[in-house]
Amino acid sequence: MAVLSFGQALRDALDVAMSEDERVFIAGEGVGVSIHYDPNLPTHGLLEKYGPKRVKDTPVSEAAIAGLAVGASTLGLRPVVEIMFFPFITLATDMLVNHAGKLRYLSGGKSSFPLTVRVKAGVNFAAGCQHSHNLEAWLAHSPGLKVVFPSTPAEAKGLLLSAIFDPNPVVVVEEMLLYWMQGEVPDGDYRIPIGKARVVIPGKDCTIVSYGGAVYTALEAAKTLSGEGISLEVVDLRSLVPLDRRCLLDSVSRTGRLVVLHDATKFGGFGAEISAIVAEEAFDMLKAPVKRVAAPDIPVPVSPPQEIFYKPSSEMIIEAVRSTVGKA
Amino acid sequence: MDSREVDAGLRKTMYEEMVLIRKFEEKLIELSQEKDKLVGMQILANGQEAVAVGIVKALKPDDVIVSNHRSHGHLLAKGANPKYLMAEIMGKATGVNKGKSGTLHMAVPEVNALMTTTIVGGGPPLAVGAAFAQQYRGESNITVVFFGDGAAAEGSVHEAMNLSNLWKLPVLFVCENNCWAGAQSLSEHCAVGDIAARAVGYGMPGELVDGNDVAKVYTLAKKMVMGCRNGQGPALIEAKTYRMRGHGEHDHQHYVDKKELEEWSRLCPIKRLRNNMLSEGLVSEAQLQTIGRQVEARVDEAAKFGTESPYPLPEEALEDVWVEDFTMQQVAQ
Repeated sequence: MAVLSFGQALRDALDVAMSEDERVFIAGEGVGVSIHYDPNLPTHGLLEKYGPKRVKDTPVSEAAIAGLAVGASTLGLRPVVEIMFFPFITLATDMLVNHAGKLRYLSGGKSSFPLTVRVKAGVNFAAGCQHSHNLEAWLAHSPGLKVVFPSTPAEAKGLLLSAIFDPNPVVVVEEMLLYWMQGEVPDGDYRIPIGKARVVIPGKDCTIVSYGGAVYTALEAAKTLSGEGISLEVVDLRSLVPLDRRCLLDSVSRTGRLVVLHDATKFGGFGAEISAIVAEEAFDMLKAPVKRVAAPDIPVPVSPPQEIFYKPSSEMIIEAVRSTVGKA
Repeated sequence: MDSREVDAGLRKTMYEEMVLIRKFEEKLIELSQEKDKLVGMQILANGQEAVAVGIVKALKPDDVIVSNHRSHGHLLAKGANPKYLMAEIMGKATGVNKGKSGTLHMAVPEVNALMTTTIVGGGPPLAVGAAFAQQYRGESNITVVFFGDGAAAEGSVHEAMNLSNLWKLPVLFVCENNCWAGAQSLSEHCAVGDIAARAVGYGMPGELVDGNDVAKVYTLAKKMVMGCRNGQGPALIEAKTYRMRGHGEHDHQHYVDKKELEEWSRLCPIKRLRNNMLSEGLVSEAQLQTIGRQVEARVDEAAKFGTESPYPLPEEALEDVWVEDFTMQQVAQ
């Protein structure tokens, strides 16, 4: 066990995978030489360690980067490619949605595409809506792609290593603003199974389901509400596809109330799927209607007060929980 | 270059393969007119057989091809079994992809026809990946990607060409310029119809060839393949040919000048090779008829196999998404 930042934990996962398996290579814009020199960035120092054959800086060509991963994976390599910011994934979506996710199916199960796409996500770095836009619901809605979204350094390492060695295409969404967060990270080839959620804190009055950086907003709300005698159970999904329905439904069966939280926009967001599953499969356990706390349905604004306004806050969660508990 | 420079035995084999492709697709035309025989839209490469055969004959079995919506010729030339292709085109369980592909996206990994995509311009980035793996592992194998003049308008093709020469990847880009993208002629959809000229912009070799002359296609492919194999990076071949039928079998070409079709039908690659072999005395009329009959028998057998094969079960549609045996619903358990 070592104390690493989230970014270092991701780097550790890449390092372990590359040292363990010659088939693993990484590619992307600035994965070798970056405009940012920061040891907390996930690919920092890998070029020096593994050389240019396995650490490939690419042109600004997202379709070709994703195509590289699809084609190389079906010949047996284990590509790990980076898409710099989440909105840029739109330029790679044909390769991911129509090819990575579908070519195995179209082959009747003859081919496989064991690739990993790392993508940086996040709101609150004043870059505007073409650099900040969480599109995980798009990917989760595309059959054949697994989607994971870690929230701690240990999860980041464990899920990335599982993604790299998963036989299917996996998109790993990295919450950029967590790159500098420190945490204990197990040594060596540490893997967290994809599709297993985690109860971060147990509670009895209401479940908050979230993922990525939003988990910390939920924990902040839980702290405040515990002072009022309201006990929140915070669930970190970790993996959106496949989804740990068991953990979700078990938690709702314990608390009888659910607030779903994400930093992405609300309409058609992943929270709608969570809400629908609970409504379909656990309606009888609910003591109050499900609430969603999510961003307003607008592009991410850039002006500081507006960007803060955009991102779901612990106050919004507290309000949602109070109304839910009040209705009991 | 004279076609006589290509070995007589090889020319005869290429003739047989071109006839197989032609007759296979003619069978599809026939079956598409019968009710409920074929599923989906049949997209044929009638008249373009020399490109598929000429290029693939210059490859080794371990070389990879990436194909597109007009794929039957490429797959047959690479050695795919017509029986399993036909069953696939019929949506049958015995098809090469268990009926999951149908006519449009067949992958035949057994013969290294690894990926076929109907997303126009999707092939070149996939080929970059395949060629990267070949280079990474130190193999001498190469990847060929077939795309059309229509696809040449896609940005992904540019990305793939730039990256492949930047990294000197063994990709042979083969643009089958059949003069049509849907109902738009070359001059209506392409600012500069000379696709081979683009190679200069990427610093790779690029040459135009008469795509209806299989010997010329083969000879140029041999040269380009050697460069790819020797680590010189990618190359581009533009094979000028013509789409003799509509975009798909539902398209009756109301927008096509009939005179132009007649002119191109005189340039039929099969007819040309046949005349050329006859005039050189390499084969007799009787031998050619025997070849025709043998090929017809193979195609009939394939159609029979497909027709008699069962459809997959409806619920088998849930399989083959993931490598593991689960569905999204089962994850609940």
